[in-house]
Amino acid sequence: MSNKEWPLWEVFIRSKQGLSHKHVGSLRAADAEMAIDNARDVYTRRSEGISIWVVESKLVTASDPREADALFDPADSKVYRHPTFYDVPDGISHM
Amino acid sequence: MKNLSLEEKEREFQAKIDADQKIEPNDWMPDEYRKTLIRQISQHAHSEIVGMLPEGNWITRAPNLRRKAVLLAKVQDEAGHGLYLYSAAETLGSDREKTIDDLNAGIAKYSSIFNYPTVTWADMGTIGWLVDGAAIMNQVPLCRCSYGPYARAMVRVCKEESFHQRQGFEIVMKLAQGTPEQKALAQESLNRWWWPALMMFGPNDANSKHTAQSMKWKIKRETNDELRQKFVDITVPQAEMIGLTIPDADLKWNEERQSYDFGAINWDEFMNVVQGNGPCNKERIAARREAKENGLWVREAANAFAEKRKARQAS
Ligand SMILES: [Fe+2]
Ligand SMILES: [Fe+2]
Repeated sequence: MSNKEWPLWEVFIRSKQGLSHKHVGSLRAADAEMAIDNARDVYTRRSEGISIWVVESKLVTASDPREADALFDPADSKVYRHPTFYDVPDGISHM
Repeated sequence: MKNLSLEEKEREFQAKIDADQKIEPNDWMPDEYRKTLIRQISQHAHSEIVGMLPEGNWITRAPNLRRKAVLLAKVQDEAGHGLYLYSAAETLGSDREKTIDDLNAGIAKYSSIFNYPTVTWADMGTIGWLVDGAAIMNQVPLCRCSYGPYARAMVRVCKEESFHQRQGFEIVMKLAQGTPEQKALAQESLNRWWWPALMMFGPNDANSKHTAQSMKWKIKRETNDELRQKFVDITVPQAEMIGLTIPDADLKWNEERQSYDFGAINWDEFMNVVQGNGPCNKERIAARREAKENGLWVREAANAFAEKRKARQAS
């Protein structure tokens, strides 16, 4: 039997009903079920969660920080997407 | 994509830090920044893990069930702190098992305080009060550290540490208010831990070779001497309040500085412990090595079980 290292898992916790899962950190575990058990002990010892997602770290595809400008710049010039771009005359309400 | 020279990259990096922006795992960073962080975070992780040993020593002998449950929870938290930190180090590309093997080979450093023995129950109180207290003092500024994963791990850790300090102080206070024998136990424990606790902040600023660069990179936000002074100023009145005496004849309130002056630290003792010759260095490393060796079959069994579960789910 091999003593291969346990893979790395990213852990996401829903802190309460109605909120989305949020990344809290990572840990090592032999498989997904064990990752959930370990995440329970490592990240929710003080009732920080009601639901856990684990994803093997190598399955996460991330955007490249060096490409961040090219990726996100196009949104910067589109100020008209924000409501503050528009002048609402005095006297107009509920808008 | 921009093609920048190394100097330009370094300048951009420092500008980000100066603007209080966080550095995240995939961002470009100078090799020295990465190396410094890996060293600091892994040493910090080792300290949490080795730090379980002196307290683990008293779990089976806690004086009652409440104290036992609390101590267990506290030690379990320290295991958690170690895990957050090993994970944070991994985001920088450090090899977790190799890091642990370095500790077990006696190559890696960890906080010198954990090389002192815990000989009485009062030490469980003193450790929580002083050692976790000093750890909080060190860790609170690290919540603002420039490296995102380290800063986030510190936020979690700090939330948990205040319970550690309070449970320790409660133990010391109970003893200090108890029978003369109990009070003597608390005082004797304070006498042994006070100076090693002050050493936890590291060498004086003038002799701390990493401080200047680490401050510039915002890996460190306050100097060793600043933190040590804060710790003394906060802790002395706490000792007075419960009728214990700080074992320092030179300790004196300085009206002008609005701070306590305190005696000289025995840096020879500190260096000796750091170099591996403290009362428990060998015992601590041996315990960690045994834990890894004796846990091997558990890790193998978990792998085998994972394989089996996978095969069953596939069929
Ligand atoms: Fe801790
Ligand atoms: Fe602690």
